[in-house]
Amino acid sequence: MIKSLHKRKSDLANSNRQLEILSNGIFQNGDLPKFKDKIAETGQFPLKAKKLEILQINVGYMCNQVCEHCHVDAGPDRKEIMTRETMKQCLEVIKNTGAHTLDLTGGAPEMNPDFRWFVDEASKAGIKDFIVRSNLTIIRANKKYYDLPEFFKQHNVHVISSMPHWTKGKTDKQRGDGVFDKSIQALKDLNAVGYGIPDSDLRLDLVYNPSGAFLPGNQASMEKDFKKALKEDFDIHFHNLFAITNLPIARFLDYLIASENYEDYMYSLVEAYNPAAVKNVMCTNTLSISWDGYLYDCDFNQMLNLPVNSNVKHISEYNEELLDGRTITISQHCYGCTAGAGSSCQGSVT
Amino acid sequence: MQKTYYDPADLKKFGKITEWNEELGTKFFDYYGKVFEEGKLSAREKSLIALAVAHTEQCPYCIDAYTQDGLQRGITKEEMMEALHVGAAIKAGATLVHGVQMMNKVNKLEM
Repeated sequence: MIKSLHKRKSDLANSNRQLEILSNGIFQNGDLPKFKDKIAETGQFPLKAKKLEILQINVGYMCNQVCEHCHVDAGPDRKEIMTRETMKQCLEVIKNTGAHTLDLTGGAPEMNPDFRWFVDEASKAGIKDFIVRSNLTIIRANKKYYDLPEFFKQHNVHVISSMPHWTKGKTDKQRGDGVFDKSIQALKDLNAVGYGIPDSDLRLDLVYNPSGAFLPGNQASMEKDFKKALKEDFDIHFHNLFAITNLPIARFLDYLIASENYEDYMYSLVEAYNPAAVKNVMCTNTLSISWDGYLYDCDFNQMLNLPVNSNVKHISEYNEELLDGRTITISQHCYGCTAGAGSSCQGSVT
Repeated sequence: MQKTYYDPADLKKFGKITEWNEELGTKFFDYYGKVFEEGKLSAREKSLIALAVAHTEQCPYCIDAYTQDGLQRGITKEEMMEALHVGAAIKAGATLVHGVQMMNKVNKLEM
């Protein structure tokens, strides 16, 4: 298993170093336009937050997997975990928010020792769509997690899980040996309690990230291929597939540089820039809360340590009205969300 | 002086061919775009055909483009290689089938 950039004490564990790379070179010498200038071409700079719809809470960077493309740089060696105290502060916000979606992410959120308590409490708030982003293998990682499908069902949680491909080779290459077999078993476990079955209210969606330095294909076509293959090969069902572009930060940036794909990848993102995707990028209707309670425009900005541009910086001083209309903090990684059909935690945006 | 005939950066400039003949260039790109749309054959199947033909035509631009296109569509390397063998088999077959002409000629001329 590879180690996180933090554990390796890599240069790129420092978010400032990542931002430096993203602002220098081809973006400094004028070969490629900066994101700010690109969106200004269509009068979309500065990018402003709209009414909050999605509250995304990152309950910790600890994970049982160490995926090569991970933008969180998550792994078993990451110890940043949300405390129950911060969760209580989040619950106050959840009870009063106007957002229709609550989205728990990590790391593997299930590894937070207070995860079940938090889900139990948060589900009482009656938010319309309560998402947990589960990496699947966690369900099969240890006996104590085997009942997660049943737990999710009891709390009517919407499960969104990563699945890079319907073949073992491509999946294991991106996520580590054995991930494919465990993921298939976990999907069967979720199907067994009713998740992902056509017409079932227990939502099971999959997330596809390309396993390399290329952009995702058409989301609808990919969904068709995934559904056909998983049904034929394993009798597995799921509802929707979200095709998500890998953003050039953290471990994916490390991979791009090490494989000498960084410049070509940035060219691909800029070439695929779609001005129509800008108005729906997720940072305009999402707020990302970190394990220690700080507020960000999105999970990617959280990892780059780019806080919200507002007087309200922490969950303890939360004020939705003050956060609405804030200017979104951007850099060149944002091209990842505006390429092609656009990309967000809920897949394409156009 | 340019030291190679092919430059990967030229692929990005393909669209510029319309600059010297807008009417025909535009017609070509419209046609090209239409061909690769979903039809009786899926866009995925068309991508694999294009990849195989790219190799038989030995066009480095097309090989780059349709390898990338295949990856984006989730096509596996095994599927790509299988498609290439179809192209290679047709090339080999097209060479060998001319052997009949050679045999006919030999049979005609030899006593």
